[in-house]
Amino acid sequence: MSIKQNFTADALPDFRNLGVMARVLLAVNAFAFAAALTAEPNWSAVLDRFLRAAAMVEPMLLAAMVSLYVLSPALARLAYWQGCAAVLAIALAVSGAVHAAVAPPDNGLAALARTLALAAIAAGSLLAYLRLLTRAYSPALSEARLQALQSRIRPHFLFNSLNAVLSLVRRDPRRAERALEDLADLFRVLMQDNRSFVRLADEIALLERYAAIEQLRLGERLEITWELDAAPQDALLPPMVLQPLLENAVYHGVEPGTGAGRVVVHIERRGARVLARIENPYFEEHARRAGNRMAQENIRERLQLFFDAEARLVTRVAAGRYVVELEMPYRPAQT
Amino acid sequence: MNPLRVFIADDEAPARERLRELLADIAAELPTEVAGEAQNGLETVERLPASGARVLLLDIQMPGMGGLEVARHLAGLPTAPAVVFITAHDRHAVEAFELNALDYLMKPVRTERLAAALRKAAAAGPPPKEQLAHAARQPREYLSVVERNRIVLVPVREIVFLRAELKYVTLRTRSAEHLIEEPLVGLEAEFAEHFVRVHRNCLVARAAVRGFERAAGSDEEPHWNVVLEGVTERLPVSRRQWTVVRALVKDT
Repeated sequence: MSIKQNFTADALPDFRNLGVMARVLLAVNAFAFAAALTAEPNWSAVLDRFLRAAAMVEPMLLAAMVSLYVLSPALARLAYWQGCAAVLAIALAVSGAVHAAVAPPDNGLAALARTLALAAIAAGSLLAYLRLLTRAYSPALSEARLQALQSRIRPHFLFNSLNAVLSLVRRDPRRAERALEDLADLFRVLMQDNRSFVRLADEIALLERYAAIEQLRLGERLEITWELDAAPQDALLPPMVLQPLLENAVYHGVEPGTGAGRVVVHIERRGARVLARIENPYFEEHARRAGNRMAQENIRERLQLFFDAEARLVTRVAAGRYVVELEMPYRPAQT
Repeated sequence: MNPLRVFIADDEAPARERLRELLADIAAELPTEVAGEAQNGLETVERLPASGARVLLLDIQMPGMGGLEVARHLAGLPTAPAVVFITAHDRHAVEAFELNALDYLMKPVRTERLAAALRKAAAAGPPPKEQLAHAARQPREYLSVVERNRIVLVPVREIVFLRAELKYVTLRTRSAEHLIEEPLVGLEAEFAEHFVRVHRNCLVARAAVRGFERAAGSDEEPHWNVVLEGVTERLPVSRRQWTVVRALVKDT
């Protein structure tokens, strides 16, 4: 076994994540339905009992989830086991309160105890399930890092860039120096641990480094329009999701053309979402020959690992232009 | 000794600059002269014939037309240049080149390799057409006709039909007619997606087929002619090809 084995620390689930919320909702209702199924002999009675149970369960569930949603940032600061205890306590407190408000008053203390026991079991098993889920994904995360690297280095880009820098060494040594620095920065990011979020400001700086190198090589054939005024600099996103898209835009949208090609990079925040759009001229022939699915698939996978169901990547062709749109939740960096 | 006339074709300005620098570096042992430059495939085909270049330094990945297709059109010239292919990284092309013994250099190019490749190419002369054709991974986008010292390119998309006549193949577009020296069988194999055989001596563009007319004169055996968009000629369909060709119109 390797000494540098990765121990990924357990972490509480993100209670503001749609995927987590959906799983909790589904699981609790499935519990309730299973309970009704075991208790009753025929389907109509099962349905009837499930509906009666739902009248109790749903308010508790929703109240618990809203509380967790609100308290999520505070919970995230606790150690994992403390966090679990806190979640359990919240679940118990909320179901107790709802029980007191909703249950018929003639029910005694025994009924309350039953409700609390059920709530504790549900919360406990869900925490365990979500912990397993995170663990199952963590090898995928380190795998993702490797994939990020592999799909990133397009040899075509590396060798052509080196060639362009070589041509500058004699004529314009200073520019050659800057180009090598840009290349170094780019490769530093490529080779670092890509498992944590980065700030959008850093990702934009990377885009600009990359663009500078391509500009050197392609000259006036490459026109990039930057629309970044509304970009939320402090937004967090997985590393290396925008640069590959820009690289694709250059490779498929500018290099196949004999004239100048315009690439637009547009990033903005719209409420709680961050939108990024990259568009380039579309060359049908070229698109048919060279696949760019690889990079896109890889980005999709990593978006899913980082944001679960809350991010999406869509592409379309409109009026001779190829457009990639990326949408993800806005998460500001804590400063 | 006269300097070797070299033509440089690369879509990236810095890459062309670098090649010029390297040629200057090796001038003492191998005197050269830059006969011309081009920044895409079409420009190369257009400018090279008049440049008097003996060797062409040719980037494989260029917009407009890839290097390999450029070389195939140039091979038809009476004084075709020798070709040194250059690639930054194209695994498939490199494999094809090695298989077909075509000379290539990898970017960034080194002075010693460049000098050696130029010498070898100048001695060996232009690459044989068959080797180039074998190394190609895709059908050409153009067919070419050499007129004196000029290459006329005809986009394959614009060709309505190709008809073999004695030694030549007549190539017909909506507006013009050319004679090319290529066997019909080879054209049929390369452009199977575009053309269908209607007769032993004739390929027509699938997209141009509009319908059929019964040929006049023959009463006992019915004969059909194919009607093509854009040209007035009616071409006979052989009985052997009739079922295949008829299906084209049914499909649409």
